[in-house]
Amino acid sequence: MDGAHDMGGVAWSGPVQPEPDEPVFHARWERRAFALTMAMAMPGGWNIDMSRFAREDRPPTEYLSKSYYQIWLAGLERLMLERDLIASDEIEAGKPLHPAKPVAKTLTPDHVAAVLHRGGPTERDATSAALFAAGDRVRARVIHPPTHTRLPQYIRGHTGIVERVLGCHVFPDSNATGAGENPQWLYTVTFDGRELWGEASDPSLKVSVDAWEPYLEPV
Amino acid sequence: MGQYSLPGGDASTSTEFFAYPHLMTGHDHDHHHDHDHSELSETELRVRALETILTEKGYIDPAALDLLIETYETKVGPRNGARVVARAWADPEYRARLLKDATPAISELGYAGRQGEQIVAVENTSALHNMVVCTLCSCYPWPVLGLPPVWYKSAPYRSKAVKDPRGVLRDFGFELPEGTNIRVWDSTAEIRYLVLPVRPDGTEGWSEERLADLVTRDSMIGTGLPKQPHEVA
Repeated sequence: MDGAHDMGGVAWSGPVQPEPDEPVFHARWERRAFALTMAMAMPGGWNIDMSRFAREDRPPTEYLSKSYYQIWLAGLERLMLERDLIASDEIEAGKPLHPAKPVAKTLTPDHVAAVLHRGGPTERDATSAALFAAGDRVRARVIHPPTHTRLPQYIRGHTGIVERVLGCHVFPDSNATGAGENPQWLYTVTFDGRELWGEASDPSLKVSVDAWEPYLEPV
Repeated sequence: MGQYSLPGGDASTSTEFFAYPHLMTGHDHDHHHDHDHSELSETELRVRALETILTEKGYIDPAALDLLIETYETKVGPRNGARVVARAWADPEYRARLLKDATPAISELGYAGRQGEQIVAVENTSALHNMVVCTLCSCYPWPVLGLPPVWYKSAPYRSKAVKDPRGVLRDFGFELPEGTNIRVWDSTAEIRYLVLPVRPDGTEGWSEERLADLVTRDSMIGTGLPKQPHEVA
């Protein structure tokens, strides 16, 4: 979706403000919101692309005014509400009002290290040959999916060079909607700064983006 | 308080960096309430309520939450990445393995998994400076760097890095030399990027442990440089 989360190159940037000696979390609730999100993925049964969409699919004013972990929290609530794991009256009441929904698995302390170490690899066996090879010129398609996509707006319509073929990976655009993993070839595509931002751009700049085959067309 | 000043430990600071520039001048919601914390309390209460509901429904085990937090506060952080970089500086064969296929090379040191399932290492030289961003959210190589800092997730960084990375470096206080090219890696898929910074001069013969002390988190994102030998004494 074209949303406020897709920030590459937008004009309202302002200075980056690093925080000296920044703590990992800035409040107790951030710790718990982070851990709740991590722990609920297993009983909740959603995937990372569904999580990302639940966070980004909200009005720009909301996306831009909430803090990072407030967005995580809002995304988590949405994922749970959509699946009837909780109900909004329970959040308001601060306690369970309805029976729990049976869940397949919960995350227990003895499994935390193994679950983190395993992660969620996205590479899959290829079922077709890759359309592009390193060195090929490709154009990012001009498409505006209303659902989740990882094709940033700032490269759409622009031409770059395939730099690496990264294997076949779970396709977020399908995975986010529940339509399945639908693995697609993934490429690192490198764009000249002037191609993206015009002649006034830094001539020494190149930008590399990882793009799935359906995002690209031959030039 | 200056417009970007950071009251130590104030829970409102994370919001400040995320919002629009006009919201970033101290006018954003939480920040406005520095003295009554009403909205913060609301968020805090909501998180507590959720945890209670989810625990009582049997979906979560609070002890697993404690362990997740402890892991990312004390075990998984940029010290891991610093060890990888230090080894690459000290051992040319390791460096070659890291640049060829970083995931198994990093795994040799025991770092792998969540948000680092597939890692690519990119090498800085005097001719090329690399910088890593995620313009779409906050993708970051957790096993080697831990959880991302607030600025990495902020609108200013995510918008500016792909368009004006030299300007970003100026925000971090340094000027990239004219003759150095710049390459920005936008983490749009599940590949995570780790910058291998240039080894500082004057460190010949240093042990990996001493070298690791020079490696800053920002130098592995590409928004900073390693410390100089005199800075670690």
